[in-house]
Amino acid sequence: MDPPEAEPVLIPDAVPTLRFLTCGSVDDGKSTLIGRLLHDGELVLDDQMAALARDSARHGTDGAKLDFALLVDGLAAEREQGITIDVAWRYFGTRRRRFIVADTPGHEQYTRNMATGASNADLAVVLVDVRGGVLTQTRRHSCIAALFGIRHVVLAVNKMDLVGFDAARFAAVEAAYRAAVATLGFASITAVPLAARHGDNVVARSARMPWYRGPTLLELLEAIDVARPELDRPFRMPVQWVNRPHQDFRGYAGTIAAGAVRPGDALRVAASGRAGTVARIVTHDGDRDRAVAGEAVTLVLAEALDASRGDVLAAAAHPVTLASRLVADVLWLGEERMVPGRSLVIKLGTGTVPASVSEIRYRLDIDSFGTEPAESLGANDLARIGIALAMPLAVESFAESIDLGGFILIDRMSHATIGVGMVVSAQAAATDLTWHRMSVDQPARARAKGQRPMAVWFTGLSGSGKSTIADLAERCLHAAGRHTFTLDGDNVRHGLNRDLGFTEADRSENIRRAAEAARLMVEAGLIVLVSFISPFRADRAAARGLFAPGEFIEVFVDTPIAECRRRDPKGLYRRADAGLIRNFTGIDAPYEAPEAPELRLRTTTGSAEAMAEEVVAALRRLGVFG
Amino acid sequence: MPVPNAALTHLRRLEAEAIHILREVVAECAAPVMLYSIGKDSTAMLHLAIKAFHPAPPPFPLLHIDTGWKFREMITFRDATARRTGLRLILHGNAAAQRDGVNPFDHGAAYYTHAMKTVALREALALGGFDAAFGGARRDEEKSRAKERVFSFRSERQEWDPKNQRPEFWRLYNGRVKPGQGIRVFPLSNWTERDVWHYILAERLEVVPLYFAAPRPVVERDGSLIVVDDARMRLWPGEVPRQRRVRFRSLGCYPLSAAQPSAATTVPEILAEMEGLRQSERGGRLIDRDAADSMEKKKREGYF
Repeated sequence: MDPPEAEPVLIPDAVPTLRFLTCGSVDDGKSTLIGRLLHDGELVLDDQMAALARDSARHGTDGAKLDFALLVDGLAAEREQGITIDVAWRYFGTRRRRFIVADTPGHEQYTRNMATGASNADLAVVLVDVRGGVLTQTRRHSCIAALFGIRHVVLAVNKMDLVGFDAARFAAVEAAYRAAVATLGFASITAVPLAARHGDNVVARSARMPWYRGPTLLELLEAIDVARPELDRPFRMPVQWVNRPHQDFRGYAGTIAAGAVRPGDALRVAASGRAGTVARIVTHDGDRDRAVAGEAVTLVLAEALDASRGDVLAAAAHPVTLASRLVADVLWLGEERMVPGRSLVIKLGTGTVPASVSEIRYRLDIDSFGTEPAESLGANDLARIGIALAMPLAVESFAESIDLGGFILIDRMSHATIGVGMVVSAQAAATDLTWHRMSVDQPARARAKGQRPMAVWFTGLSGSGKSTIADLAERCLHAAGRHTFTLDGDNVRHGLNRDLGFTEADRSENIRRAAEAARLMVEAGLIVLVSFISPFRADRAAARGLFAPGEFIEVFVDTPIAECRRRDPKGLYRRADAGLIRNFTGIDAPYEAPEAPELRLRTTTGSAEAMAEEVVAALRRLGVFG
Repeated sequence: MPVPNAALTHLRRLEAEAIHILREVVAECAAPVMLYSIGKDSTAMLHLAIKAFHPAPPPFPLLHIDTGWKFREMITFRDATARRTGLRLILHGNAAAQRDGVNPFDHGAAYYTHAMKTVALREALALGGFDAAFGGARRDEEKSRAKERVFSFRSERQEWDPKNQRPEFWRLYNGRVKPGQGIRVFPLSNWTERDVWHYILAERLEVVPLYFAAPRPVVERDGSLIVVDDARMRLWPGEVPRQRRVRFRSLGCYPLSAAQPSAATTVPEILAEMEGLRQSERGGRLIDRDAADSMEKKKREGYF
C-alpha cells in the first residue's frame, strides 16, 4: 500500500471544516471505519494505541488483532457489547481539511442518537455491508439525513474482502442504493468499495481492487464540495437574551441566523411589527460596522422597542411570517406514543411556547417511502403533522432556514426532548401577520374593575365537589363586588365543546379550549373559576402555560374515589360500573393528581362552604381584591 | 449545519458557537454557575463568557472546587483572575474529607478524586442551588467525553446516564429540568486542544505560568515527572528532587499531574511542540489511568 497521505499538521485557521457523520445499519462497520481512518491517518497517539491494544485483548471482536471500533466506542457498555449506543464525535485534520465526524449508532432503538449526529453534519457516509445490501436501517438513516438537510452522500460499500473483492457485487449494491434513495433529493451520491477492517481504500488505495479507479474515502472527504449555493438572504436574528446592565444600555444579544446587518439598517420586531433602526453592533472587541450569519453579536437599536427572548429581528423590507399553525415533518423520539391533541412545548429559534399536535397527515413507510395514515406515532416514526401553537412564533420553512425552521418538541412533565421537526409550511397567525395590540389592555380593564384578574383552575374526580365549591366561591366573590365567571365542564360541553367526545385526544382538546376561553376572560379582567375534571397533568400544565405567572392557580379538589362513588350526584359511577360509560376517569381512564397545586382541598375534612371559604381566603392573600 | 457561513474562520465559528451556548443557559436556566478550574480551558471559557455578555459582566459566579492540593501558582492565578474580572468566586472543598486528612498519597488517586472533587462538587452545586454548571471539558480530550452532549443532563443525584442522553439538534438546546436535577454545559465541546491554544494566542490571554517551561524541582516516579510543589510532598526512600526544565500540558492536583520535559516558553512554541507529541493530552493525568473506563465511571458519579 502507498504511504498514508494524512498526518497531523498545524492547520491554519482558514482550512475549511467538513462536518460529516457515519451511519447505516448495525454491524456494517461504522466505528471500525472511523477507527481505521484515524489509525491509518496516523492520528492515533502512542498512549491511545497502547490503550487500544489492551482493550482489543479484552473486548476485541477480531481475535488477537486490533479492534479499531474500540477507538470510538467510548462507553463501557459499548465495549462490552461490541455495539455503538451513542454518537462519538472525533476531531482530526489533514493539510486539506479539518474534520468533525459523528460516528452514530446503527440500532433502530438509538435512532435519536443518529439524528443528533445528522443535525450537525454537511455530509453523510452511509455504510452498507456488501453482503446484506440496502436494509431498512440504510433507508431510514438516508431518509433522516435528507430530512435534516444533508445534500451529499458517500456510499461506503464495506466488507468487500468477504465477497472476494468482486466488482459486480459492488456495482449491484451501488445501483440498488441509488434506486432506493432516488426520491430523497440528494445533490450527490458517490460510492466507494471498502474493506474497513483491513484498511482497503480508507486512506491508502487497495491493491486488491484494481478495478476501482476512484478516490479513497479520505481523498473523497478532502475534496468533496458541500458548499451550498450562497443564498443572499434577508437579515434574521432571534433575540436570545436582552442585555440591560444599566438604564442607558439595552442590547439584543443573539446569533445571526441569516443575512447581514449594518448600523442604520431598518429592522422589524416580528411579534409586534414595530420597526426600528440599528444604532450599534456591539461586541467585546469593539463596535462593528457589519456582522453576518453565524456571528454572535449584540444589537442596539435607536428606538426603544419592546423585544424580548423569542422575538425575531428581521430586515424591515422582508418581514418574517408570524405563524400560529405549522405543517412539519417530524421524527418522533418519545417512548410514549404521540397522540394528536396532547399538549407539549415547542422550542423553535429562541422561542418556547405551549403547542399541540393538531393532526397526523401521514406516516412515512420506510420500506417504500410511501405514505400511510396513522392515528398515533411511536418512537422513530417519521411523519408529517400539523402543529397548533398557543402563541404565534416567527417561522420560516426549514428549507429556507435551519434556525427558524427546525424545532424540538418537549414533554411538559418530564422535560424530555420527545420530537424533532422541520417546518414545511407555516400559516400566518389568525390575526394576520402581526398580533394586533389593542389600546385598551388587560391592566386597564383590571383597573376599571378594581381587581386582579385570575384563573382559578379546579381539578378533581367526577363527583369530588368541584362545581359545588366553585359555585359557592363565586357567590362569595360576587357578593364582595368582584367581577367573575365560572366555566363548568358539563356546561361548556353543551356549547363550545359539543363536538368533542371522551377519547384521550378529545379530552385534551376539551381542556385546551377551556383554557383558551379562560385566558380571554382573564384578558378581559375577570376572575375566572374553571371547573373541569382535567385528568392529565400535561393538559393542566399547558393551561397554566397560557397565563402570566401569578395569573393562574390550581386547586386540587381532593376527594377519595370511594367517597365520590358514594356521593355519585349524577349517577355516573353506577353507570360506569355497569359498563354503560367507557373512558370514565378513575375507573377505566387515569386521573393524574396534581403534584404541587397552589391549594389542596381535602373535602372529607369539612363542608363545601368551608372549602369555598378556603378558596376565597387564598384569593384574598393573592390580592385579587385589588 | 448551524453555521453555514464559510466566511467565518474556524476559530470565529467556534467562538460564536460557545457564546451562543453561554447565552442560551443564562436565558433559560434559573441559577447557572461556571466551574472554574484555572487551567487553559477555563481561561478560554471565562474569556468567552466575558465576550458573550459584554458590556454586562457574566451574570453568574465562578466556582472552584478547592482540593487543597493545587499548585500554588494556580491559586495565585485564580485569585488574580477573580480580582481582575470582579466576579464572585465561590470556593468549596469537602470539609469532612479534609478533616479526615484525605490526601493523594495515603488514599490513592481514585478515592482521593472521588472525595475531594466529585463529592465536593456535588455538595457545592446543591449548596448553591445551581441548576446549570458550565465546564470547560472538550470532546477531544477522552473517549467517554467524545460521547457527551453540549447540554448534559444530570439526575437528582447529579449522575450522568450515558446510555440515555437527551437527543440534541442544531443550536436547539433543551435545558429544562425538574427541581433538584441539573444540566452540565460544555461550551468548548467542539474545540480541540490546538484550538484552545490558538485562541489563547489570538486573544492574547494570560495562562498559569506552569504551562511554560521553566526549571522546577522534579522527581521521577513510575515514569512520570512529578513537580515537588511544597513540603507536603512525600518523597520515597532515595528520591531527591532535581531541577529540570519542564512544563505542564494539563493541570490538576500537583502530586497527580505529570510534567513533561520541554523548552517551550511561549504559546507558539507550545503549539509547535504539540506537533511532535505522540501522547494524548490527559496522558499526564494520573487519575485517568486506573481503568479503561475510568473517566466514564467518574463522570457517571458526578465528576466534571
